[in-house]
Amino acid sequence: MPAVLQAVLTVLHPLNLLLISIGVTAGIGVGALPGLTATMAIALLVPFTFGMNVVHALVLLGGIYCGAIYGGSYAAILINTPGTPAAIATTFDGFALARKGHAYRAIVVATIASAIGGLVGVFFLLFLSPPLARASLRFGPPEFFWLTVFGLTIIATISPKSTVKGLIGGAVGLLIGTIGIAPIEGNVRFAFGTVALQNGITLIPALIGLFCLPEILDMIGSRYHRETAIPYRSQRHMLRRVWRLMARKPWLLLRSSVIGTVIGIVPGAGANIAGMVSYNEAVRVSKTPEKFGHGAIDGITASEAANNAGVAGSLVPLLTLGIPGAPPAAVLLGALLLKGMRPGAELFTVHAAVTYTFMFSLVIANIVLLPLGLMLGRAASKVVSGLPITLLAPLVFFLSVIGSFSIQNNVADVYVMLALGVVGYIGRRAGFQPGPIVLGLILGAMCEQGLVQSILMGRAAGTPLAIFFTRPISLVLIALTVVSAAWPMLARMRQRHTPAVAAAHTHPIVEEKRDA
Amino acid sequence: MDRQNRRGRSVVLLTVALAVLFALIGAMSVAAAGAGEAQSYPSRAVNYVIPFDAGGQSDITAQYQREALERVLGVDVVIRHQPGAGGALAWAALARGRADGYTFAGNNIPHIIIQPLVRENAGYQTEDLRPVYMFQTTPIGLAVAANSPFDTLEELIEHARANPGRVTVSGSGTHSGHHLAILQLQYLSDTEFTYIPATGAAPSVTNFLGGHTQAILANSDDLVQHQDAMKILAIGTAERFHALPEVPTFIEQGYDFTAGIDRGVTVAKDTPEEIVRALEAAFDAVSRDRALVAEMEALGFEMHQTGADEFAAYIERKQREITTVLAELGEL
Repeated sequence: MPAVLQAVLTVLHPLNLLLISIGVTAGIGVGALPGLTATMAIALLVPFTFGMNVVHALVLLGGIYCGAIYGGSYAAILINTPGTPAAIATTFDGFALARKGHAYRAIVVATIASAIGGLVGVFFLLFLSPPLARASLRFGPPEFFWLTVFGLTIIATISPKSTVKGLIGGAVGLLIGTIGIAPIEGNVRFAFGTVALQNGITLIPALIGLFCLPEILDMIGSRYHRETAIPYRSQRHMLRRVWRLMARKPWLLLRSSVIGTVIGIVPGAGANIAGMVSYNEAVRVSKTPEKFGHGAIDGITASEAANNAGVAGSLVPLLTLGIPGAPPAAVLLGALLLKGMRPGAELFTVHAAVTYTFMFSLVIANIVLLPLGLMLGRAASKVVSGLPITLLAPLVFFLSVIGSFSIQNNVADVYVMLALGVVGYIGRRAGFQPGPIVLGLILGAMCEQGLVQSILMGRAAGTPLAIFFTRPISLVLIALTVVSAAWPMLARMRQRHTPAVAAAHTHPIVEEKRDA
Repeated sequence: MDRQNRRGRSVVLLTVALAVLFALIGAMSVAAAGAGEAQSYPSRAVNYVIPFDAGGQSDITAQYQREALERVLGVDVVIRHQPGAGGALAWAALARGRADGYTFAGNNIPHIIIQPLVRENAGYQTEDLRPVYMFQTTPIGLAVAANSPFDTLEELIEHARANPGRVTVSGSGTHSGHHLAILQLQYLSDTEFTYIPATGAAPSVTNFLGGHTQAILANSDDLVQHQDAMKILAIGTAERFHALPEVPTFIEQGYDFTAGIDRGVTVAKDTPEEIVRALEAAFDAVSRDRALVAEMEALGFEMHQTGADEFAAYIERKQREITTVLAELGEL
């Protein structure tokens, strides 16, 4: 226990508090720019922490990680483009709110949800790391496969207007995901002899292309009707009002945070799908699912609470076993090794003081995120809503190109972004949303990996298919998949009894654009 | 009117700020491009390209070297990550880029040799690159779980021989050093394992620690890190490995092969001789830094001081060896 006490005191040292705040602020900045991810923010900062003592380095990097995942919500809300892949589900309701002039309100919701989600995640990290980390190892290739299949059922939720178009979009995403070197077998597919395509379609350029370019084109197209991309209405006592609304649904906050933590813990899944799974569950449990996609604060809450909870979740297997739960955690692992700290038991004995300091610094990071986020969020929403489209559109386009390039320092990624931007724009005109396509792309490679490895494992055991249906966690995931897939049909049956609600069941984004 | 003004002012301010930012970036790149070439290499910042993700072994090594390298070269060393296609993307870019020594990349064996062999168009040939210096190896070891019934390599091999294809072995991927090692072991021991490739060394370790495979081929630093959770049956070094002295080698146990991932740096083929030599000297100085060597050895890395000529000869030898092995096993 003295190590824990010492850690609390160390964290509260003014210099550490300052470093955490700097980290969170820098993280928010990087996360808010599409294409600049949490992973990149940490990787860029690691060289600068080389000369620092280990405590300072870790609290700074931890702050950046929290800030970046939260910062992704800004771009999601303000320009309908997730700033980091973790914020995809935030676009669904966040941007709808912004279109109505409530950008700052959406950001306040995201900020409160992120802070609470982050704190719940750190709670699990502090008190339940060892058992949770051991449990995470039970997640093998078959479980991974079923998790991704479950993930694909989310398509129905995020394409309420037309499930068929959602499924087509998801299938397109899965197909795009097959381009390049196969994740397990190593054979080259659909590269047409080019070197550039061998690497496949990378997530970030696809994300920017599909979300951001159509938005820019739409902005330009509507320039004759409006001067700025989103209107801005200020309201007094925003924090208090929003908090009152959110406090009415403590279970939503708690459930989203727990989902985020759990998915964050599963190595390889990470915050990218935590937000979407949590959003899906929020819609499913909600008494008013038709409000989602039209600016429901519950949707933002679900997504943001989950993705920030996933930050601490991804650190559970990292600190206890030395296994990174997500790409940013992998970079943190490198930083730990550089400081001579080998994750695993040693971290809680020899280096206990440092490890606990790092964990407590995440508590502080999530607390300072609240005032910092509110301040920066207000400024960001004022700037974006104040910029005329003639300035905002080229600025966002510029950032899109930079973001796509910098993720792998690869020009081919810029061309991919541009090509998918055209696809996304035409698709959107025809009623295809980018969400399902990106979901297919994210889950496709993971799904294939789980499938191929499971088949190899099954074949070695002499029972090629039994492996998919005989493991307990798999069975739970199969049950969840069936429930999730059947849910829209069940909901529709329920709605038939209340036709008034069904009539209001249209998708907001496309509709509103046409009005504008 | 007032509102309009204020907005106008913020727009102007923002525009000015952005203009200044871009001007700075532009000035930096112009200054970089305009600087003199060979006469006083290096006269500006150098790029150290890592062909793999941040957080991996190559990245960690480069982070360790950076400070010492900057001291020796007297300029900034910028570490850039250009992952993808098993390293091939970065090497293809290096081969096509300017041969001025201001951009050099990590050189990982066997990856740099295998990529052009197994794929029709990897974007480069191994010969398009000029090896500069080799500083490190992570030998590959074979391990089973701590609670496994097998205590020696011989027991595992006998079991595998009696039950062809039943023993699963986790490794970092297809056409990787681990893949090559399992192929060689199968060939020399006349057994059949089921190799389960992962998407990198870290996920492979995860699969193994979760009990989803019976054995694993892993890099020495991972073996050192997770040694309490496993029994290490053999290691791919010629002599016993310093960090795991109680582990016998494959050769000792009758399987005549070594396995490991060698790391160094490489430049484009046409880089001027004096620049290659300057870079070689810099890496030599860094690789003889006692503190750095001690720190990296503690993590489970084997450190070398191999200069350009010896390194080139080594790659040629390895290339012949790997081509033969892959051809004999029908992988080509």
